[in-house]
Amino acid sequence: MAPQLWRRPCPARGTELPLWGRGRRLNYPQSRGVRGPPPRPGAPHAAMATALGGHGGGEGGSRRGEVGTIIRSLGCCPSEAELHDLLAEVEEEEPTGYIHLEKFLPMMTKVLMEKRYRPIPEDVLLHAFEVLDQNKNGYLTKQELIKCMTEEGEPFTQEEMEEMLSAAIDPETNKIRYKDYISMMVVDEN
Amino acid sequence: MGSGSSANPNNCPQRLEKRRTLPDATHPAFKAAVLIQRWYRRYVARLEMRRRCTWRIFQSIEYSCEQDQIKLHNFFSYLMDHFTPRSSGERDFISRMFTEEENYKESELEKFCDYDSVEVPDFYTGPHLSFPLLPDHAAALLEAFKQKQQLHAHYVLKLLHETRKHLKQLPNINHVSTCYSEEVTVCGDLHGQLDDLFLIFYKNGLPSPEKSYVFNGDFVDRGKNSIEILIILFAFLLVYPKEVHLNRGNHEDHMVNLRYGFTKEVMQKYKGHGKKILKMIQNVFCWLPLATLIDHKVLILHGGVSDTTDLDLLENIERHKFVSVLRGKKKKKPRLIDWRDINGDSINSSLTSLSSSSAMAPSMTDRMEFSKWVRKTVQEQLEKCRKLLEIESDSEDDDITCATSVAMSKTESELSESWQTIQEEWKQIIDVLWSDPMPQEGCIVNTVRGGGCYFGPDVTEKLLQKYNLQFLIRSHECKPEGYEFCHSRKVLTIFSASNYYEIGSNRGAYVKLGPDLVPHFVQYQASKIAHTLSMRQRISRVEESAFRALREKLFAHTSNLINAFKAYDKDDTGLITLSNWATAVESVLHLGLPWRMLRPQLVHNTTNGMMEYKSWLDDLAIEKRSQEHIQSSMLEIIYRNRSNLETIFRIIDSDHSGLISFEEFQQTWKLFSSHMNLELTDEGIYDLARTIDFNKDGNIDFNEFLEAFRLIERSHSEDKTDPKPTPKSSKR
Repeated sequence: MAPQLWRRPCPARGTELPLWGRGRRLNYPQSRGVRGPPPRPGAPHAAMATALGGHGGGEGGSRRGEVGTIIRSLGCCPSEAELHDLLAEVEEEEPTGYIHLEKFLPMMTKVLMEKRYRPIPEDVLLHAFEVLDQNKNGYLTKQELIKCMTEEGEPFTQEEMEEMLSAAIDPETNKIRYKDYISMMVVDEN
Repeated sequence: MGSGSSANPNNCPQRLEKRRTLPDATHPAFKAAVLIQRWYRRYVARLEMRRRCTWRIFQSIEYSCEQDQIKLHNFFSYLMDHFTPRSSGERDFISRMFTEEENYKESELEKFCDYDSVEVPDFYTGPHLSFPLLPDHAAALLEAFKQKQQLHAHYVLKLLHETRKHLKQLPNINHVSTCYSEEVTVCGDLHGQLDDLFLIFYKNGLPSPEKSYVFNGDFVDRGKNSIEILIILFAFLLVYPKEVHLNRGNHEDHMVNLRYGFTKEVMQKYKGHGKKILKMIQNVFCWLPLATLIDHKVLILHGGVSDTTDLDLLENIERHKFVSVLRGKKKKKPRLIDWRDINGDSINSSLTSLSSSSAMAPSMTDRMEFSKWVRKTVQEQLEKCRKLLEIESDSEDDDITCATSVAMSKTESELSESWQTIQEEWKQIIDVLWSDPMPQEGCIVNTVRGGGCYFGPDVTEKLLQKYNLQFLIRSHECKPEGYEFCHSRKVLTIFSASNYYEIGSNRGAYVKLGPDLVPHFVQYQASKIAHTLSMRQRISRVEESAFRALREKLFAHTSNLINAFKAYDKDDTGLITLSNWATAVESVLHLGLPWRMLRPQLVHNTTNGMMEYKSWLDDLAIEKRSQEHIQSSMLEIIYRNRSNLETIFRIIDSDHSGLISFEEFQQTWKLFSSHMNLELTDEGIYDLARTIDFNKDGNIDFNEFLEAFRLIERSHSEDKTDPKPTPKSSKR
C-alpha cells in the first residue's frame, strides 16, 4: 500500500448515506481482549489509544491512516503537514502501510511531554473565522465556507465538508453563525 | 505549506519535497483556513475514538454475556451427569429441566403439533394461507406484517410443517448457480429486526425467479419480530424453492433462544399455542442446511471454519440429529452411549445409572456442602478416568464427565467408536456455526463464545485451496459498516441488522454477486431518526447507551469492586489513584476495555489524580435505588445475574405458563448459587421469594419480576424521541 499523505483508503462502492465519513473509514480492530505488547510504563495513555485505534494485529502495529486519529485523540492538534512529518519519523524505510508500536510509542511520548501541537484556544479559532468573514457579518454563507475549506489551506475532502456543514449550518438561514458553532463544539469537547 | 515557509514549524527542508506548493501560503485567509481545518480534524478524530470506545463497550458486554450462557449450560450438563436425586421430587425437578430437547419421531410430531386441532376463529382478520403457497400469499404476509397483524397459530403450524417437509429434501450444502438468475443477494444476521428485512426487500426487490437470495442464519433472537421474519423467510422458501436458500445460524437453536428472546416472543404472541409452535420450530431449525455454495466458488456459512473443517464430511452428516449444538460436549459413559444422548433424550436412564462417587450427594438443602461435593466428585472422577482408561480430558472443561471404572469391553469400544464419529460431526457443525476469524495465523479455541474456534488467514487459505474456492462469506459478527473484509479479502463478513446495539450504532448491509462473483454492497440504516442526526449526535446517543450499560455492570459488581479498591488503599484513606482504579476495575469485570480512556465519562470527581471510590460507587447505586423493597445486596446479585436467572426460570417453567412455584424458585436459586458461588442463606432466599410474590399466592410470576428491572432501564430512555426499549447489551 503506497503511503498516502492525507487521503485515506477509498470508500466502498454502492454506499448510500454520506453520514459516516467514508473517506476516513478506518479499519476496525477485531476487538477481543488486549492486542499488541503491553503498554510501557510512562506511556499508558498512548498505548491504550493505540490498542484501541490501531489494527493491532498481534504484531503491535497500526495502519498508517489510523495513526493520525490516534495522535489527535491524545490531545494533539497537528496540521496535516505536521502529521506527515511525524509519520515520516516512524515509518519503515520501505513503507508497508503499517506503523510499529515500538517506534510509535517513544515518538508519541516525546510529543506529549514537549506539549507539541497544542489545541487551539477558542479566541484564536474565532479570530480565524473572522478573517474568513470578509464582510464582517458575523456569519459565513455556505458558499463562502465551502470555498475556503475546500480550496484554501489543507483542503477538506467532500466527506469532511459535508460533515462540517451538517453540524455548522443553521437550517433556517442557511448560514454558518461561527460564534455559535464554536461554542457548541467546545461544549461538546468537554 | 510552501517550501521554506516560515509557517513550517519543523523547518526540515528535506521533507518538504513531496508537499504541494500552494499559492500564497502566507495569505491570512490561507493561515486561517489551515487553523480551522486543523482544529476540525482533531475534533473528528476524537469523535472517532469515542465511537470505537463505545463499540468496544458493546462488544465486550455482548461477548461476556455469551460466556455466561456457555458456563450456565456447562453447569447444567454437568449437573445432569452427576446429580443423584434423593427423592422423586428432586428427580422430577431435574428431569423437567432437561426434557426441553427431544427429537420427536415423525408420528409423534404430527400428533403433538396437530394444526388441525387449532381452529381459526371467525373474527380473525389476519392473513389466510393455503397450501401449496403462491407468490400472492407471500406478498400478503408482508403486507399484513406491515400492518402489524399476526398470523394465526393454525397457519404458522401448517407453514412450519410444510417447511420441514421441504427442508428434509435439501442437502446439507445448498448449491446455487449464477447462470439461472442474474444475481445472488446474500444477507447476514437479521436478529428479529423486521424493519431491516422490509428495507432489503424494498431496495433490492422481492425474491423471484430472477432474484436469488441467500439468508445466512441468525434470523431470530434479540429483535422484536423474530417469528414474523421466520414466517416470511419460510413462505418465500416454499414459493421459490430454487431461488431462496437459508443457512442455519447459531441462533437457530432452542437452547440459545431461551436466553436471547425468541422463546419469550413466541410465548407472548401465541400464548397457549406457543409451546407447540416452539416445538415445531425446534424440528425445523435442525433441518436447515449448514452452508451454501455459489458456482462451486463462493462458500457461504454462518460462523466460519476451522482447521479441521471437511466439506465432504459436512455433506454426509445427518444434520437433523443435532437439534441443539450447545450440548454434546460431554463424554458420556461408554455403556450408555447412544447418539440420542447427545441431545439429552435418554435422560432418565442416565440419571438412574450415574457414576457415583463413594459418598452420596448431600441433600440440596445444604448449598455449601453440595458445592463442595460437586467439586470433589469431579476431581475423583478425573483421577479415576485418567488412571484406568488413560483418556485425556478436554483441557477447557474441568467438569467433563468421564467413563466409569468399568473397563471397556469390546462392545463398549465399538460404541465409543460411534461416539467418536458423533463427536467429530458435532465439532464440524459447531465450528461452522460459531467460529470467528482472527488476524493472527493459526486456529485456537473460541473461549469468548464458548464454541467453535478463532481461525487465521492460513486456515482460510488452506480451505480455499483445498476445495478450489475463491472466498468465504460469513456473518455472526456485527460490523459498523454492515460488512467487512479480512484475510486479504478472502473472508467477507456480512451483517444485515442495522442499529444492532442502539439506534445509530451501525449500518446493515447485503451483498450482491453476479456471474463474475465480484461483490457489490448496499448499506442501509433502518431508522428515520438515525438519518436526521448529525454524526456528532449519533455518536453521543450511542455512547450514552453504552455507558449506561457499563455503569450497570459496574454497579452489579459493587462488592467485588470495593474489595479490589481496598487492596490498593491500605491506609484506608478512601482514595485511590486513577491508574489503580483502572487496573482494579479490569480485574473485576474482565471486559478488556481501555478503562483509562473511558474514565472521564465514568468518574467525574478527581483531585490530583486520585478519586474517592466509595462515593463513586454510591453514585452508581443511586440510579438503581428505585427498587426500595428489595434489599440492596440482593439487588446487586440479581442485576448481575439477570440473564442467567431468566434462562433458568424459563427452563424450569416447562409449560411456559410464566409461573413457577415457591419451592421451584428456591431450588433453582440454590442450584444457581452453588454454580455462582454466591453467599446466600436460606433465609435470604426465602425473603427474596416472598418479595417477588407480589400477590402472595405462593406463585412467582417471574415475568413481572424481570419486568420490574426493565422499568428502570426504560425510564432512562423516556427522554429520547424514539427510544429503543433497551439497549441489547444490557438487556441480555
